[in-house]
Amino acid sequence: MNKILFSSLSKKFVMALAGLFLLLFLPVHLVINLMLLKGNPEPFNKAAHFMATFPVIKIVEVVLLLAILIHITWGILLQIQNWFARPIGYAGGNKSETSFFSRFMIWTGASVLTFLVLHFFNFYFIKLGIVRGNPEDFYSVAHSLFKIPAYNYIYLTCFALLGLHLYHAFSSAFQTLGLNHRIWTPVVNVIAWVYAIVLPAGFAFISLTLWLFR
Amino acid sequence: MGKLISKIPDGPLAEKWTRYKASVKLVNPANKKKIEIIVVGTGLSGAGAASALGELGYSVKNFCYQDSPRRAHSVAAQGGINAAKNYQNDGDSTFRLFYDMIKGGDYRAREANVYRAAEVSNQVIDHFTALGVPFARDYGGTLDTRSFGGVQVSRTFYAKGQTGQQCLLGCYSSLNRQIKKGNVKMFPRREMLDLVVIDGRARGIITRNLITGEIERHGAHAVVLATGGYGTIYYLSTLAVNSNASAAWKAHRKGAFFANPSFVQIHPTSVPQLNEFQSKLTLMSESLRNDGRIWVPKTKGDKRPANDIPEEERDYYLERRYPAFGNLVPRDVASRAAKERCDAGYGVGESGLAVNLDFRDAINKQGKKAIENKYGNLFDMYKTITGIDSYDEPMRIYPAGHYTMGGLWVDYELMTTIPGLYAIGESNFSDHGANRLGASSLMQAAGDGYFILPNTISNYLADQISVAKIATDKPEFEEAEKAAKERINKLMSIKGKHTASSFHKRLGKIMWDYVGMSRNETGLKKALELVRELKDEFWKDLNISGSAADLNMELEKAGRVADYFDLAQLLITDALDRKESCGAHFREEYQTPDGEALRNDDEFAYVAAWEYAGEGKPHILHKEELKFEYVEMKVRSYK
Amino acid sequence: MNLTLKIWRQKNAGAKGNFATYRMEDVSPEMSFLEMLDALNKKLVEEDKEPVAFDHDCREGICGSCGMYINGHPHGPVPAVTTCLLSMRYFSDGDTLWVEPWRAKPFPVIKDLIVDRSAFDKIQIAGGFISINAGAAPESNSILAQKKNADSAFDSSICIGCGACVAACKNASAMLFVSAKISQFALLPQGRIEAKERVRAMVEKMDELGFGNCSNTGACEAECPKEIKLTNIARLNREYYKAY
Repeated sequence: MNKILFSSLSKKFVMALAGLFLLLFLPVHLVINLMLLKGNPEPFNKAAHFMATFPVIKIVEVVLLLAILIHITWGILLQIQNWFARPIGYAGGNKSETSFFSRFMIWTGASVLTFLVLHFFNFYFIKLGIVRGNPEDFYSVAHSLFKIPAYNYIYLTCFALLGLHLYHAFSSAFQTLGLNHRIWTPVVNVIAWVYAIVLPAGFAFISLTLWLFR
Repeated sequence: MGKLISKIPDGPLAEKWTRYKASVKLVNPANKKKIEIIVVGTGLSGAGAASALGELGYSVKNFCYQDSPRRAHSVAAQGGINAAKNYQNDGDSTFRLFYDMIKGGDYRAREANVYRAAEVSNQVIDHFTALGVPFARDYGGTLDTRSFGGVQVSRTFYAKGQTGQQCLLGCYSSLNRQIKKGNVKMFPRREMLDLVVIDGRARGIITRNLITGEIERHGAHAVVLATGGYGTIYYLSTLAVNSNASAAWKAHRKGAFFANPSFVQIHPTSVPQLNEFQSKLTLMSESLRNDGRIWVPKTKGDKRPANDIPEEERDYYLERRYPAFGNLVPRDVASRAAKERCDAGYGVGESGLAVNLDFRDAINKQGKKAIENKYGNLFDMYKTITGIDSYDEPMRIYPAGHYTMGGLWVDYELMTTIPGLYAIGESNFSDHGANRLGASSLMQAAGDGYFILPNTISNYLADQISVAKIATDKPEFEEAEKAAKERINKLMSIKGKHTASSFHKRLGKIMWDYVGMSRNETGLKKALELVRELKDEFWKDLNISGSAADLNMELEKAGRVADYFDLAQLLITDALDRKESCGAHFREEYQTPDGEALRNDDEFAYVAAWEYAGEGKPHILHKEELKFEYVEMKVRSYK
Repeated sequence: MNLTLKIWRQKNAGAKGNFATYRMEDVSPEMSFLEMLDALNKKLVEEDKEPVAFDHDCREGICGSCGMYINGHPHGPVPAVTTCLLSMRYFSDGDTLWVEPWRAKPFPVIKDLIVDRSAFDKIQIAGGFISINAGAAPESNSILAQKKNADSAFDSSICIGCGACVAACKNASAMLFVSAKISQFALLPQGRIEAKERVRAMVEKMDELGFGNCSNTGACEAECPKEIKLTNIARLNREYYKAY
């Protein structure tokens, strides 16, 4: 049983599923965040409150956290195995033509993780009561954070890197799940591009607007 | 020894094999496990035999010099594999396949063996298909076939231009299954250095571990050689550069007769030599002649680009000389015709040693797509090597040393003159006479390995069940090991100036010039002299750097070249002795007024089996008369 | 042309290796890469120095013996060729060529540029076959296969087992190799009966031998001398999930 669950392919399968789930979560988060652009804090705080209290969402939240945890753990584990598989590198470098961003998944992933930790301190831990703050007014928390230039730098960089991560992740997940098709795979690749640009751009738009124009 | 007993079963030709199988002695399943068999080589015949013997329950030890059994040179066969399935409803049958092979071999093969090869050909195709070999298929899902040289039916099954690779991988997979089951133990990167004969029976081999240099002893109740041919005696050939005759030669020195060594097939369509450093000549499958037309300019020394030469100034010499078969004449005929044109000054290319193989008409008629489907990978390979795109201009081709019909003499059971020593596939002499037809080597090798040897070897092993596991501390093993080590030391200690390859290259040149596509007495005698001189020089001026107790490719090579000097002398002796032209053996003294081979059936309808008489002593010739009861010996005509 | 060669020299599996520098003069553009090394070795042997050890055999790109990592690419910078068919006309006068063995934990160096690829054999032994004994096969045309699928099976089965995919992959993953064999059998009706056991056994063995994991970078596909496609890996994934 262990051999099956922890085989290279199973690990990749779980990675891909968890990743796809996270991919689905991001647009939801973006839609809620877009409410930050309104002058009125009510809709955003209401949405945040809904997300924090609605029972179904509660369950989804647990799944989400699990997905994040598994995606990170498995990602690191797989990467370590990969490093072990080539103990001696090439003096002449590795110049094989590859899907470019695929080479840096562990690093783009790590930067997203860094941001996630920051993000948890700013919001999620407040909600859980671990960190002090007012969980009922994330609108103001967000607005004040986006007034700090350093926060925006980190935010923008991490989302740019997230975009790079997403681009490879999106199409790669389909390949890993064995879902490739003569016609649909090229379509998925196009969607991956769109997704990798539109989502981070959406988040960046909020950051830039609140920082520079409010 | 001394007498050749071919053990051909009684009865009508078509029933011989069935009758044989019905009466052959068997080994009971419980005893099989206790019997050890050594198989040397992992090509179609070797891997086929090792897996089939494993399936039967014998304990098999399989050896190859490559790092993996999947690399045996069967992998390079391109065009296809014959079978008498008659899927095309074009009049094919076991008898016709048999007849074509006998005629194609210019009546110098043994009827009973050839008929049996044709008979098991259908089983071979069924087995490969079942093993998952992806043969070409028709839209209805059935297997497709194509035609090949020297025949008028379409019986060649194929997997694009990589049929050998696909069949070999099939064999490799069945071998792997037996390795997994523990019935076969695989010994890669081992070279056989000697055969061990105890009380007149083959009982084991001495090998060198090519990584550590260690000399090892392996005992067995029987030894099977599946070690391929000796085409690299020409240095440049279509064979893998490490292919060699050493295992067969060592067996020959221990008492196995060597049959028809001078029957060497020169393949008509290979990429011509491009430069002096070249290490090999790449084959372009004969199947190309299905759609390609061979021609040279009608004017001597016409150096215009091929596409600039108008139709009426082209000489499609095969179609002109052989209207019935045209470009699909057998290999020996096509090769000689190319040589004749080039020698007469009509050759193309810088060296003048090439002819055109043109696909213009086929592309016009069938479309580029159809040609690409059939030969895509060959066109790609040609382009990789020469930089020329043959969809736009003709390929240039020239004959090259390819397949050796000669080999260890075997009886109907594929046993050599040493009891317990078998030779299968290209390493024996049995099925192709003086010339092999295209797509019949894969057929014969796989047939020998999977279906013939496993049935005949029990006849010998049935008497061996009481023989205990062969101990390798017997004096015969000790002696053989000592001799092998001494020879290595001798080679290592010459410490001259030149590499083994440089000698090999010079040997190849002598063989190609005097013992190639066409031979004459003066040339052969001169070649014999030159080979002797070169051999002396080799043993005085060879250098091997590095150590024998280590991976040492120079040492490997030197051992093989050293054996080639001896085999070359035997090959020339046999060519001198056969005062007739037949198949690939063309003696200029014996030809018809229009330049075709002139056979002499009254004096030479025999297999020349040569016995080794000792170092420096002349070989002793034994003749196995060939009787043709089912086909009439005719002048082979493809006109 | 004149070239500088930086070649990995390593006496044996246990020894420490290093790069040796050789000057090659008057290299003809008509030589193949291996013929160029032949010329170097001839020179070395004539000077009584040990020649560079490398695997090679058929020299026509089909046996899969040869393979060295040249200037950052397995089998050199030209796509779809093996080292033996790599023509020197692709290099220019004055070039420096780094020549290295395949680098992967499951492919330990034996000597110089020779690595031990028996891991590939072990994967095939684990399940890369159809279980049928000689003599037991049904009549060929009783097994019908769609032409399209048979052709695709052929495209997968032309893998020569050279190891370039592992050498190219930043993770030293053997997925392309395994998927090519799995695909061949997945696309044909023969052997479907044991499809599940086959894929489980081969993947398990692949993991056990210490190959890395596939991260879909596509380096293997880019470097495969036989142009085996990445879609095979997706098919392997499917076959594997179907097996449970």
